[in-house]
Amino acid sequence: MSTTEERAAEQKRYAAGKSVLDTVDERFGSSRFLTSVLDKIFPDHWSFMVGEIAMDSLIILIITGIYLALFYVPSSTDVIYAPTSGHVYAPLVGQHMTEAYQSVINLSFNVRAGLIMRQAHHWAALVFLAAVLFHLCRVFFTGAFRKPREVNWIIGVTLWLVVILEGFTGYSLPDDLLSGTGLRVIYSIVEGLPLVGTWIVYDFWGGSYPGTTFLTRLFVIHEFIFPLLIVGLLTAHLMILWHQKHSDFPGPGKTETNIRGSRVWPQYALKAGGLFMIVTGTIFLLAGEIQINPVWLYGPYNPYTVSIGAQPDWYLGWLDGSVRLWPHWEFASFGHEIPNPVFPGILIPGLLFTTIYAWPWLDKKIYSDYGAHNLLDRPRDKPFRTGVGVAAIVFFADLTIACGSDILANDFHVGFERVIEVLQYGALLGPVVGFVIAYKACQALQRTGAHPIQRPLGGVIIRSANGAYHTLSDHHGNGHGDNGHGDNGHGDKADAVANGHGTAEEAPAPVGAADEPAGASD
Amino acid sequence: MSDSPYFDPRHYGIDPHGPWPEDVPKGQDDSHWRYENDPKGARRAELRVAFCWSLTLLASIGLAWVYVAGGQTQVEGALWAMAFFGLGVGFILWARDLLPGTEVTASRGHHDVCAEEDRRAVAESLTRGIEPMARRPFLFKMLGAVGGVFGVAAVFPLASLGPRVHLDLDHTKWGVGTRAVTEDGNPVLPTDVAVNGILTVFPEGYITDALSPTLLINVGDLPFEIPPSREGWTINGLVAFSKICTHAGCPASLYNVQSHQLVCPCHQSTFDVLSDCKPVFGPAPRPLPQLPITTDIDGYVVSQSDYHEPVGPGFWDR
Ligand code: HEM
Ligand code: FES
Repeated sequence: MSTTEERAAEQKRYAAGKSVLDTVDERFGSSRFLTSVLDKIFPDHWSFMVGEIAMDSLIILIITGIYLALFYVPSSTDVIYAPTSGHVYAPLVGQHMTEAYQSVINLSFNVRAGLIMRQAHHWAALVFLAAVLFHLCRVFFTGAFRKPREVNWIIGVTLWLVVILEGFTGYSLPDDLLSGTGLRVIYSIVEGLPLVGTWIVYDFWGGSYPGTTFLTRLFVIHEFIFPLLIVGLLTAHLMILWHQKHSDFPGPGKTETNIRGSRVWPQYALKAGGLFMIVTGTIFLLAGEIQINPVWLYGPYNPYTVSIGAQPDWYLGWLDGSVRLWPHWEFASFGHEIPNPVFPGILIPGLLFTTIYAWPWLDKKIYSDYGAHNLLDRPRDKPFRTGVGVAAIVFFADLTIACGSDILANDFHVGFERVIEVLQYGALLGPVVGFVIAYKACQALQRTGAHPIQRPLGGVIIRSANGAYHTLSDHHGNGHGDNGHGDNGHGDKADAVANGHGTAEEAPAPVGAADEPAGASD
Repeated sequence: MSDSPYFDPRHYGIDPHGPWPEDVPKGQDDSHWRYENDPKGARRAELRVAFCWSLTLLASIGLAWVYVAGGQTQVEGALWAMAFFGLGVGFILWARDLLPGTEVTASRGHHDVCAEEDRRAVAESLTRGIEPMARRPFLFKMLGAVGGVFGVAAVFPLASLGPRVHLDLDHTKWGVGTRAVTEDGNPVLPTDVAVNGILTVFPEGYITDALSPTLLINVGDLPFEIPPSREGWTINGLVAFSKICTHAGCPASLYNVQSHQLVCPCHQSTFDVLSDCKPVFGPAPRPLPQLPITTDIDGYVVSQSDYHEPVGPGFWDR
C-alpha cells in the first residue's frame, strides 16, 4: 500500500546502503561473508540466553573496570589517612593503610559516580559468575558438550576457572581487612605446594608474606593478563560456536542436519542488544540499591587482626568450605611436609576440575556414543549423566554452605563443631543421595512424559457440548504419521506447534533406558 | 535427512538426496511481522517503543542533574537502570512487533567437516615439508638440545621477581631480650594482662611483621601442661604463643575464657591453651608454637629467644 514517494525513498535508501557496501566490498571482498552474518540463524530457547548474559556482564565489567583503573593506585606504600579536602570518612582518620586502600576509599567517597561504578563492577562480577555457572550446567545437562563441541567445553571450563581467579584478584585489590585475610589463606595454600610452593609465593609476593610488590603485580594480573585471557578465550568460544552452529532441542521439524530459528538481522540482533541493556540495567539497579563490599567498614588490612564472618565472594565459597571441612591431616616424612591446606585447597579442586574437563570423554565411554550430535538431550533422558550433575551440584553446595559455618553456628545457636561435622558427612553422603534422587526422578519423568519447566506438550483438553473431554492430541493422532508424506499440511503443523498450539509430545528423544550405561539402569 | 520423521525437505522444493542449500530454502517466507495487517496495532506498538525510549530520555536528564548536584549512589543506580531498561525493552518490542523474522529452517550445511579429498589434500601439503625434514634426525636432536638450553636461559629474568632466600620463613623478629610491645608501641608489664586476659604483642620495631604477632595469655594459677624442656618459659601464669594459626596463617584471635581455648576465625581451628595450645578441633595440624618469655631489668616482658620452630602454616622444607 506504499505510495510512490515511499517507494522512491526506499529506492534511495537501498542505493545509499548499497554504495557503502560496495565501497567496503571493493576493499575487503566482504559481501558474501556479511550476508552469511546477517542471515545466520540462531535457535531460540530461554536457556540459551544465559551464555549471552555472561557475555553482557563481561562487557560491563570491562567498561566499569577501565573507569576504576583510572583512579586505583596499586601501591603497598604505608600512608596515614588524613584527607585535607573532600569527604572525610571519620572512623579511618589517623589509621595506617596502604595507598591502595586509601585510593579505594577516595574512589568511594570523593570521586563523583565512583561508588556506583565500583559497586556495578562488583555486582557485574557476581552476575557474570552466576551466568557462567548456570550456562555450564545447561551445557552439561543437555549434552551440548558432545562431539563436535568438546573443544568449546574445554574453553568454557577454562573460562570459568580464569573468571574465578579474575574475581578473586579483583576482590583482593582494595587491600582491606577482609580481602587481605583471603589472600593470607591463599598464600598459605600455595606456599604449601611440594617443592615449588615457597618459590611461587616468593616470586608473586616479592618475598615472604605480605611482601612489598604484591599489589602492583596483582593489578597487572587483574587488569591486563586475565582480561586478555578471558577475551581471547571467549572470542575463540564464540567463533567456534558460530562455525559449528548452535545446538538445539529436538522438536517438530528439527533434525541433526537442519537448524531452526530466527535470523541474526534484524530479529536476533535487536533482541540480543535489548537483552544486553536489560542485563546492564539490572546490574546498575543492584549496584545502586544494594551495597556491596563496603571496604571502609572492614578497615585496612594488617596481619594480626581479623574479623569473624570472613567469607569470600560466593563463587569461591566452595573452596573456603573445602578448606574448613578437610580434617587436620597432613603429610610429613623424609624431612619434608605437604601441609594441610594443600589437600582441600589444591588437590580437591584439581580433581574436580580434571573430572569436569574430562567429562566429554567420560560421557562417550559411559554411553558408548562417539558420534556427533546437534540435537540436545533432555536431562531426563540421560538419568545417569543428570544424576552425576546433581551429585556435583550437591557437593559444591555443601562446601559453599560450609564456608559460612561460623555464621550458621551463630544463627542457629549450635556449636560450630557440630555444623562442621554435619557438613563433613554431607559432603560425603549428599552427592550419593542427590544422584539417586535425580536418577529416580528422571525415570519417573520419562514415564509420565510431563515437562517440569516448559509449557506442556501434552495437548489441549477440549470439553465438548455434551460434557465429554478429549485432548487435541488424540484428535490429531500420531504426529509421526503425517510427516513422511510431504503433504502441504506439514509446514503449518510445525508452525502451529511453535506457536504454542502444540499437539502430542513429538520430540524424537530417545527413551532413556537403552542409552544408559550397563549396570546403571535398574 | 530424507528419513527424518519430522522434516520433509521436499516440502521446501529441495532434493532430499542432493546437497542442502547453504541458506534458508526458498519457500520459507520470514518477511512477515506481527502487526503487518493491523495499522492501528502497529501504531500502538510504535508508541510503546517510543514510550520506553522516553523513559531513557528522562532518566538521562536525571542522571546529568544528579551528577551536577553532587552525585547520589541510590538515585544514580535507579536512573542508570531506568535508562537501560527503557532502551532495552524498546528494542525488544521493536523487534517483536514491527520487524520481520519469523522462525525459519535451514541446513546446518557441510561446514562441520570437509570431504575426503580435502582431507587428503591437507595431509599431502603437510607432508611436503615434514618428509624432507624427517630425513635429518641430527638436526632435530640439535634443535631439541639448543631449544632446551635457550629455554632455560630465557626464563632467568623471572628470577628477579622474588628473593631466593627462604630463611625468613624459619625465623621471626623475636630474639634474645626483644621487648614485647603493644600495637601502639608501648612496652608491656606482666601485670598489664589480667588473669584470663589476652594481649597481642609484637617484637619492638616490627609491628607489621607478618609472622611475629604473639599472644600473651594470663592463665592465672590453672594447671598448665607443657613439656619439661620448656620449664621457665613463662612468667608465672603468663604464657606466650604465636598468634599465627598453624593452618593457613590467620591470626588465631578469639579466646574463649571458659574453656581456655583459642579459636581461629578463618576455619575454626581450636587450640587448647592449657595443654600447650594443641589443636583440639578443626583443620590445624600442629600446636601453636610457644615463645619463651621473661622480664628484663625494667620489669618489661621480653623474649628469651626466637621461637624454637617455624611459626605459621607448613611448607615443604619446614
Ligand atoms: C566466560 C564465560 C562464558 C561466556 C561469556 C560464554 C558465552 C557463550 C555464549 C554466548 C554461547 C551461545 C549461547 C548459549 O548456548 O548460551 C555459548 C555456547 C557454549 N558454551 Fe559458553 N560461555 C562461557 C563459559 C562457558 C563454560 C564455563 C562452558 C562449559 C564448561 C561453556 C560451554 C559452551 C558450549 C559447549 C557452547 C555451545 C553450546 C551449544 O551449541 O549448544 N561456556 N557460550
Ligand atoms: S587459618 Fe586458622 S583455621 Fe585456617
